[in-house]
Amino acid sequence: MLDFAGAVGRLSLYFIKTTGKSCLMLFHTIFGMPHPKLFPLFIGQIFQLGILSLPIILTAGLFIGMVLSLQGYNVLVDYAAEESLGSMVALSLLRELGPVVTALLFAGRAGSALTAEIGLMQSTEQIASMEMMAVSPLKRVIAPRLLAGIITLPLLTLIFNVVAIWGGYLIGVSWMGVDGGAYWSVMQGSVDYLPDVMNGVIKSIVFGVMITWVALYNGYHVMPNAIGISRSTTQTVVVSSLLVLAMDFILTVFMFGS
Amino acid sequence: MKTPLHLEIKNLCFSRSDRLLFDNLCFEFERGKITAILGPSGIGKTTLLKLIGGQLAVDSGEIFFNQKALHNCSTAELYQARKKMGMLFQSGALFNELSVFENVAFPLREHHQLDQSLLEILVLMKLEAVGLRGARDLTPQQLSGGMARRVALARAIALDPELIMYDEPFSGQDPISMNVLLKLIKQLNETLGLTSIIVTHDVKEVLSIADNVYVLADEKIIAQGSVESILAQTENELLQQFLLGRSEGPVPFHFKSEDFQTDLQKVSR
Repeated sequence: MLDFAGAVGRLSLYFIKTTGKSCLMLFHTIFGMPHPKLFPLFIGQIFQLGILSLPIILTAGLFIGMVLSLQGYNVLVDYAAEESLGSMVALSLLRELGPVVTALLFAGRAGSALTAEIGLMQSTEQIASMEMMAVSPLKRVIAPRLLAGIITLPLLTLIFNVVAIWGGYLIGVSWMGVDGGAYWSVMQGSVDYLPDVMNGVIKSIVFGVMITWVALYNGYHVMPNAIGISRSTTQTVVVSSLLVLAMDFILTVFMFGS
Repeated sequence: MKTPLHLEIKNLCFSRSDRLLFDNLCFEFERGKITAILGPSGIGKTTLLKLIGGQLAVDSGEIFFNQKALHNCSTAELYQARKKMGMLFQSGALFNELSVFENVAFPLREHHQLDQSLLEILVLMKLEAVGLRGARDLTPQQLSGGMARRVALARAIALDPELIMYDEPFSGQDPISMNVLLKLIKQLNETLGLTSIIVTHDVKEVLSIADNVYVLADEKIIAQGSVESILAQTENELLQQFLLGRSEGPVPFHFKSEDFQTDLQKVSR
């Protein structure tokens, strides 16, 4: 019993300590962000996190749109409602699948890469040497990556949605024979800009903050050896994926609960 | 009148993970001198440099650099003090994504708004000082261990510091690279008037260039003074064991543990 209480205590302390440290890091990073020198670094990170993630986002988007359309068609055709396919595909993607799947893929591709990169910089003393040159690593290394992550994920989500809707069209219209005009017009009639598109974008901004924050924190506070880097990278993917799913539920309750 | 000390550490206490590393230690570093800090591995020599650079906070004690307190200063003041310090890390700590030239230019770009031509002249001067002007376009991956250390040295002196700290500069170096580094450290010290602190366990090499020496063991300073006075302390067994590299002596071969027989009996039970 005492052991159990001790374990709970240790876990609670660890949780409080980690939360405090990560909040402090985020505060100092945001505080040190507006600096003109950051711009080229920020563009570089948009390339690293965004452009390099495009192949996986495009491929996944296409297949998910195709599968969604195929499954949707099979259900809707029983009720002779296959012309609502466009609406079903678009709403599922814009409200849920787009932000969540893109975020999970982003956590696996870009989040893990961020943690490994920063972790390696820590273990090879590059971060320490920056500090000794009176250059703040939070401003020089962390801030551009955080900003790039927050901006990149919503853009990737929008691209994912477009490709997935096109994939749905490919299966529904070109293969299953749903009327093309109906696919687009039903979609146009049922999708609203603010509740559907913008809520999805807001979700992806929140996910972008969380994934990048977790990835950068795990990299910055890595145990500076091979095991430490591997553990932190895994932790980034696991923690940020779970946080995305949990936050998605909370945001969905607020956005669509009523 | 006594010249003010460049760097002074008073009553330093520091422990890490419940292990006491420094127990009330005092150090004095004179301006323009080379001071060697010697001691066995794991004694906390690198930690001492991190404490001086403000990367770690002291448990208790005081650190004064140019008579200004570093142990309780603000982050802004600490960053100002660091502009006058250079540090050569054991691994070199070069930025992998930047070329040799850009690595040396990094602190200059960060702290000064210089014309490109002036920046290039300054970087080439620093690279010339370490003999690597011809390697300006190479990446850190293309450098040998010794060359990487020299590039890191050029970067450490880029901001013309007053104090430079060397963390194990000779470890893993072949004899030629080691002699090149020794010569460079001495040369830089004399020509730029730097105060140098060298943390190492390469006794013979460092004693050939050092002015003052501190020897650490068992959380304490076991000897300090000029090289001659250190070498003259033949009655200090701990010091002699370290200086001569004897396997037998006060520093035990075995890590602290209970009696071997008792341990074995426990296993057989």
